[in-house]
Amino acid sequence: MADKPKVAFYWCASCGGCEESVVDLAEGLLDVVEAVDIVFWPVAMDFKRHDVEAAPDGSILVSMINGAVRSSEQAEMVRLLRRKSRLVVAYGACAQLGGVPGLGNQFDREQILRFAYEDCPSVQNPHKVRPQAQCREDGRMATLPDLHRVVRTLDQVVPVDYALPGCPPTPRLLGQAVTQLLSGDLPPTGSVLAPDIALCDQCPRKDSKPTDLRLDAFKRPHLTRFDPQKCFLAQGLVCMGPATRGGCEAACVGGNMPCSGCFGPTSRVKDQGAKMLSSLCSNIAATTEPDIDRTLTTIPDPVGTFYRYGLAGSLLRARVPRQR
Amino acid sequence: MSDRTEAHVAPRATAAWEPRIVAFFCNWCTYTAADLAGVSRMKHAPNVRIIRVMCSGRVDPQFVLEAFAKGADGVLIGGCHIGDCHYVEGNYKAVRRVRMLRRVLLGMGIEADRFRLEWISASEGEKVKLVINDMVDTVRALGPLGLPERFHEWDRELESLQRTVEAPLAEARVHGR
Repeated sequence: MADKPKVAFYWCASCGGCEESVVDLAEGLLDVVEAVDIVFWPVAMDFKRHDVEAAPDGSILVSMINGAVRSSEQAEMVRLLRRKSRLVVAYGACAQLGGVPGLGNQFDREQILRFAYEDCPSVQNPHKVRPQAQCREDGRMATLPDLHRVVRTLDQVVPVDYALPGCPPTPRLLGQAVTQLLSGDLPPTGSVLAPDIALCDQCPRKDSKPTDLRLDAFKRPHLTRFDPQKCFLAQGLVCMGPATRGGCEAACVGGNMPCSGCFGPTSRVKDQGAKMLSSLCSNIAATTEPDIDRTLTTIPDPVGTFYRYGLAGSLLRARVPRQR
Repeated sequence: MSDRTEAHVAPRATAAWEPRIVAFFCNWCTYTAADLAGVSRMKHAPNVRIIRVMCSGRVDPQFVLEAFAKGADGVLIGGCHIGDCHYVEGNYKAVRRVRMLRRVLLGMGIEADRFRLEWISASEGEKVKLVINDMVDTVRALGPLGLPERFHEWDRELESLQRTVEAPLAEARVHGR
């Protein structure tokens, strides 16, 4: 037991889908458990923070951390795991890019708390009670973690060795990554453990993508019946394929849905949203400003469309707060 | 958490502050026009750092975002008039991207006036001067954007980790736990 490599899993601001994807290894999970000693995995095992604190520095071979970093507790845990681990892997889109929680960076903390605890239509909170950082009851002090001002990617909080992309990563990529990390034949630090080529290159509909798209309007997926064979862009749907890393086996396209960009950019791109904006907008047909604007308004939420997973890790990171 | 106020420390315009504007000028027209303005001894505000590109269509939206992220208070793109592009349609691509990028910038809280696209032909040295002076005035009125300072301010909330994580671990080692 003692000579098996130690592995930790941790979740930060995430939905739990990344944890599911580990379980999606199915019988393969048994091989993983056979090969490694899981020393920390809050979703599945009863180890606590003090168990991690008690471990010698660098004693964990790899920590697989999913979720964006949004609270002081998450930041503390990832700093702790970084210290105890030889390798840290940003597991999934939220840890790598900020993910959907990163869209919270369009709002400040007060807006988020006011909506979640007061204005949200499904909330009944007449006394406008909000979580307190500290609360005394029966002579005992209860504390809650601090909600950070901005959502962060994992590598904005600790140095990260590798990223396993996806929302969530596929079992195949996870299996390959585990095998590679255990073999000791490590890829260069900073690598994303997926092919470094745009999804379009691997797309089964590649042949139906025209060289000149000449788009007049963009269709909304929920209002459109899709042709199951034809390139989504050619059908006037926003498909993030041109600006998104492949390796997902075109799972969404296979399910007749356009790519929404969860695998992040390739290594040549700094800002996935800007690159997608560039590719998509230059391909519209309109030539005058009013016509261009008319076409572009059919994308009602550009930040949410181009930065669905990448806002926290983007060049601008978060909305500039209004001056007071 | 509810009683905490957002202490947004916005960068302030001090007496020493000068707007910093990054300008991407097309080699065939606006850059040549800026050259003409120079040899004609026209004076314009010195706040612009001009970067020559082969076409306004070469300006990747990433360049604009990176300029802002690294401290520009404004970004100016200069290209050939519509119909005059040396590469036939590069400026059409530029204007399409700019129209959308403007919406993204607004969504991220960056004022529209900080980002400008102008068509300036090689003979319009005077227009280079007017556009630059006007943009410097506009951005000066808006005040500093100061994204690097803001990022630094946001990340100060990570400094407490030194106290909550790093220091207790170091102490535990000293006590041999």
